[in-house]
Amino acid sequence: MILNDIFILMKQELMLLGIIMILLIIKVGKDWSNESLLNLINALLLINVMSGFMMPAEGFLFGDMFKTNSLITLEKNILNIGTLIISLQSYSWLKNHKHLIEFYILMLSTLLGMFYMVSSGNLLMFYLGLELSTIPLAAMANFDLEKRKSSEAALKFIISSAFSSGLLLFGISLLYGTAGTLSFTEITSHLTNTPLQIFSFVLILAGFSFKISVVPFHFWTADVYEGSPVAVTSYLSVISKGAVLFVFVSVLYTVFKPLAEVWYNMLFLLSVLTIVIGNLFALRQDNIKRFLAFSSIAQVGFILVGISGSSQMGTASVIYFVLIYIFSNLGAFGVVSLVSAIAGKENISDYRAFYKTNPFLSWVLTIALFSLAGVPPTAGFFGKFFLLIAGAEQGNYILIAIAALNMVISFYYYLRIVKSIFMDPNEHPIEKLTIPMMPKIALFICLAGIVVIGLWSSIYEYIYSLSTGF
Amino acid sequence: MNLNLLILIPFLTAMAVLFCKGLKQVRAVALLGSGLQLILALGLLYRFYDERAAGNLSQMLFEFNYHWFAPLNINYHLGVDGISVAMILLTSFVVISGVLVSWSMDTLNKEFFFLLIFLSMGAYGFFMSLDLFTMFFFLEVAVIPKFLLIGIWGSGKKEYSAMKLALMLMGGSALVFVGLIGLYFNTNIEGAHTFDLLQISKMKIPVEAQMLFFPFAFIGFGIFTALFPFHTWVPDGHSSAPTAASMFLAGISMKLGGYGCLRVATYLMPEAAHAYAGIIILLATIAIIYGAFATLMQTDLKYINAYSSISHCGFVLLGIGMLTQISITGAVMQMVSHGLMTALFFAAIGMIYSRTHTRMVAQLGGLLKVMPFISAVFVIVGLCSLGLPGLSGFVAEMTIFVGSWQNPDVLYRVATILACASIVVTAVYILRATGKTVLGPITDTHFNKLGDALWNEKLAAVILIVGIMAIGILPFWLNDLITPGSQQIILQTGQNIMLK
Repeated sequence: MILNDIFILMKQELMLLGIIMILLIIKVGKDWSNESLLNLINALLLINVMSGFMMPAEGFLFGDMFKTNSLITLEKNILNIGTLIISLQSYSWLKNHKHLIEFYILMLSTLLGMFYMVSSGNLLMFYLGLELSTIPLAAMANFDLEKRKSSEAALKFIISSAFSSGLLLFGISLLYGTAGTLSFTEITSHLTNTPLQIFSFVLILAGFSFKISVVPFHFWTADVYEGSPVAVTSYLSVISKGAVLFVFVSVLYTVFKPLAEVWYNMLFLLSVLTIVIGNLFALRQDNIKRFLAFSSIAQVGFILVGISGSSQMGTASVIYFVLIYIFSNLGAFGVVSLVSAIAGKENISDYRAFYKTNPFLSWVLTIALFSLAGVPPTAGFFGKFFLLIAGAEQGNYILIAIAALNMVISFYYYLRIVKSIFMDPNEHPIEKLTIPMMPKIALFICLAGIVVIGLWSSIYEYIYSLSTGF
Repeated sequence: MNLNLLILIPFLTAMAVLFCKGLKQVRAVALLGSGLQLILALGLLYRFYDERAAGNLSQMLFEFNYHWFAPLNINYHLGVDGISVAMILLTSFVVISGVLVSWSMDTLNKEFFFLLIFLSMGAYGFFMSLDLFTMFFFLEVAVIPKFLLIGIWGSGKKEYSAMKLALMLMGGSALVFVGLIGLYFNTNIEGAHTFDLLQISKMKIPVEAQMLFFPFAFIGFGIFTALFPFHTWVPDGHSSAPTAASMFLAGISMKLGGYGCLRVATYLMPEAAHAYAGIIILLATIAIIYGAFATLMQTDLKYINAYSSISHCGFVLLGIGMLTQISITGAVMQMVSHGLMTALFFAAIGMIYSRTHTRMVAQLGGLLKVMPFISAVFVIVGLCSLGLPGLSGFVAEMTIFVGSWQNPDVLYRVATILACASIVVTAVYILRATGKTVLGPITDTHFNKLGDALWNEKLAAVILIVGIMAIGILPFWLNDLITPGSQQIILQTGQNIMLK
């Protein structure tokens, strides 16, 4: 029964669609107060997260256009959790925003697009999902309506993503021309290493690289991150990047497996470039959002190291790292968004002597930064370690040595912020912030994630066992 | 005996400290926790002898193995041999005296004791790990608390020193990391790889791989133990750190490196250890002599001890490089001895500084008249440092020299002679510093008003002096404890020079 299948296999998408519909109805109907709306939306998102874990299913729909299995369900659950955390964190910012419902409708449509993208079994479907997940993001970047920088960010984002979509589409069409099909399962058998196919692969790779801001396709990142509202920045850097990475891994290991030798060398080069450039630019930033932008570029470089490993270990370590990265980065962004929303400060120098006034927030930010830097016992240590193990499996120790030395550089800039928080004197530190309930819950979720995901090995073992799935 | 207790107790103590209110509660909990650690460590020693006496000859005792990350063959594997027991004992001695010395820590005391105890957890875990991943995990656990301890509670150019120390040690662990990954992918158990130390020691790592990864592991760990020319973090880090952190740094943290050089680099890559022995000895000799002469030029007591630590840790590396059973035993003894001694030295300097508010040798004088106890401690530790018989320094250095001489290579013997000669320099700077500060006329009239050590400081000093004396007067127990371990390492390197 096809209808039945749709309900079971697409339940996560349908849930999101349901929430979007509810929001639309509320928008048309009578006015709600912002606070009750936020409570309702967060409750709905919580239900959404929980329902994701129920009734796992496997199968294909619409002639292999749409597929799902336990790994894909897990990936969607990870994205759901991240979205919930971001929604909780942006409470203080959205509380006074006029267009709250539109914000959520846009955000959930991008999430829907990402779900389609993660589930796609066909390049056309993949492209549709990607566009659905990109275009509303530009509108979201513009959501600080009074700030010029915000519209500038939106414009930069839409131009660069249109360009990258163009590249991607060009690559896809060339691939279609040589292979005669767009289905993931069928393309693989038609790949024969002809120059045209390699060229089309390079274009597709460039398209992907834009989305996950791999050097040299990273130029939009810092400006967009700086100009957008913090909630959008964290969404861009964590959720949108994570979703594209999930697809990237599976596409590389399944569809482009015959081209493995070609992409291995490209990834080697790209990962070294990305880590080094990301690190060097992160060294001298003062705006904390720009800083996190460059540090996230460097993190993507580490992820590329992991991707260059074998399929099972590579997939497992990348998904595991993205999971950890969501919690660590959102921990940092949670503090940044509170400070930005309440105190209106976004520079690292403003954080001097932050510990004197806000010890709790300081510890959260510190632990999150340690996790990003990869210091045990936080989860980031395990994530990076496993990424590098996966990368070393091919025997490429030069890559590992470069990555390990770059970890030391990254320590410098993470520790620089820790130093500002704890050690630097400041006449006028940021005043004591009262943290509303919801951001507090989000911060505790992040802290718990940072501690538990690393030390509790079952999570990695679960992801590893699923990673054989394709 | 369950070794997990040695990780659990510090962990619980650290957590309990966070929930305390006020200095009194915090320090009481910290003291209780570190006292428990000391009791556990002594109990471990007792149980260890007991097992050995009962004829349990297995290489590692009290093993605990838990499959941590099964797909990667990563285990949480603990176990101890004599060398580990010696290092654990050292750690527990330094921890309790460190807590006692910081008894009246006034700023942010909760965080201070939390970090201190957290650091000790990393050290215990490191010394007990039999899995390279677990070992690396604990090694890095012990780095970041140092950054915060120095940066927040330190003095002088503390931020610079903290950053320098953290980056250099992190650089060291990055090198160690590459070495470990290299080892991991050169193991083979039915197609899978392993991090397990004992398993790796039983299989043959290809010589080319050893030659490639030994420098990474050895230099990486070497940075922790002030291997020349990567020693530059030592003087800055030690002198900027608050007293207890200096004690931990020199007493425990530098020993992590020595232990790692021995247990990971030398034990798992024996062929490479032989091939690189010449370079190690060269660097160690330079460190010994350079450290000694650099100390001559120092005017700040903390810098004096920091540079002399470089020199003393050079002996550890010298002992490891010589690769004879006795020299390795000596190296471990030197680690224990230097750990106790340098911790005591820093404690004494801290006590003097907290009263006189200066660490400059030139400004101090005649302290024996106003603070006899502290001055006596200062003299004892000075004598230990220059190798007076009856104290631990003599035993350890003598063992290293005897062991080194057994290595018949002429150049190595020259190195041994040079290292021996450095003791004269040591005597010069130690006698000069102690003579100037302790004896002579009182240089500053306000010194007359200063009091002697309080009970907590006395207890801290006594605990460490007991350790120093126990090694100095009765070295046999420590020797017997360590020898089976060093024998194992020499068997691994496959060449016992005694037999030649």
